[in-house]
Amino acid sequence: MRKSWWKILGVLLLVYTFIAGLLIEVPRNPQLEETIRNLFFHVCMWFGMMILFIVSFVRAIMYLRTNKHIHDIASRQYAGVGILFGVLGYLTGAIWMSYTWIDSNKSIFNSFDTIAREPKLIGAAIALLVYAAYLVLRDSIQDIDKRARISAVYNIFAFAMLFPSIWIIPRLLDSLHPGGSEGNPALDPGSASANMRLVFYPAIAGWTLIGVWIATLKIRMKIIHEQKLSQ
Amino acid sequence: MKKLIAIFTFIFLVFFANAQDVKMADIMKENGKIYVVIAVMLTILGGLVLYLIRLDRKISKLERNK
Repeated sequence: MRKSWWKILGVLLLVYTFIAGLLIEVPRNPQLEETIRNLFFHVCMWFGMMILFIVSFVRAIMYLRTNKHIHDIASRQYAGVGILFGVLGYLTGAIWMSYTWIDSNKSIFNSFDTIAREPKLIGAAIALLVYAAYLVLRDSIQDIDKRARISAVYNIFAFAMLFPSIWIIPRLLDSLHPGGSEGNPALDPGSASANMRLVFYPAIAGWTLIGVWIATLKIRMKIIHEQKLSQ
Repeated sequence: MKKLIAIFTFIFLVFFANAQDVKMADIMKENGKIYVVIAVMLTILGGLVLYLIRLDRKISKLERNK
C-alpha cells in the first residue's frame, strides 16, 4: 500500500455516504419520493467521470510538454476509469428513469420514444463514444511514441467535445432531466436542501477518490508490465 | 374575519396533507428495516474495498521484487 491516507479518506467518505445517504431526511417530492437519494450515487458517477477526464486531459498535456512515458500511461488509465464511471452513470440513470419518467398511461417500451430524445442522454452518449473512440484509436497504433503523441492530441480534442456535449447543449434545451434550461438543482444552494448537500459533496469526493485509486492501481500495473516487456 | 381564518386553515391543511401524502419509505424507517439495506450495501462496499487493498498490496510486492 502506497500513500494510503487519501485511500482511507475515500473509503470513509463512501461509508458515510452509504449510511447518511439512506438515513437523512430528504425533501418530500411527489414525483421523486425516496429516489431522490440517487443523487448521492447516480449524479456522483458523472461528477467522478468529469474529474477523471480532466485529470486524463491534464496528463495528456503534460505528456506533450515533457515527452515522459508515464504521463501517457496515466492519461490512458484515467480515461479508462472515467469511461467506467460514465457507463455506470448511464446504467443507474436508466434504472432511475424507468421509475420516474415513464408515462403511466403507456408501457415502458412505448415511453421510450420520448426518453430517447432527451438532450442530456444524447449528449452523454456522444461524450462516452468520443472517449471510446480514444481507446480504439490508441490501441490500434503499434509504435509506442507515435501512439502516445497521437492519443494525447486526440485526448485534448475529446475533452473539448465534453463542453458542447455535456456542459452547454443539454443546459440550453428543455428536458425531463434536471439541470437543463432551468438551472442545476443539485448545485444550486436554493434548491437542494442543506441536508442533502451535507451528503452530496462528500459523496462526490468519496467516489472520485475510489476512481483515482483504481486508476493508480492500473497505472502501476501497466508500468510493471512494460518493464517486464523491455527486459 | 372568521371566514378568512377558516379559508386559510383550509388551505394550510390541504397543503400540509399534500406534503404528508408523498409516499416515502416511512414504514421502513419506523421498523428499522432500512438498517438491513445499509448493512447489505456496506458489506458489498467492504468486499470491494478489501479486493482493492489486496490488489494494491500485490502490486506493491511486484514493484519491490523487480
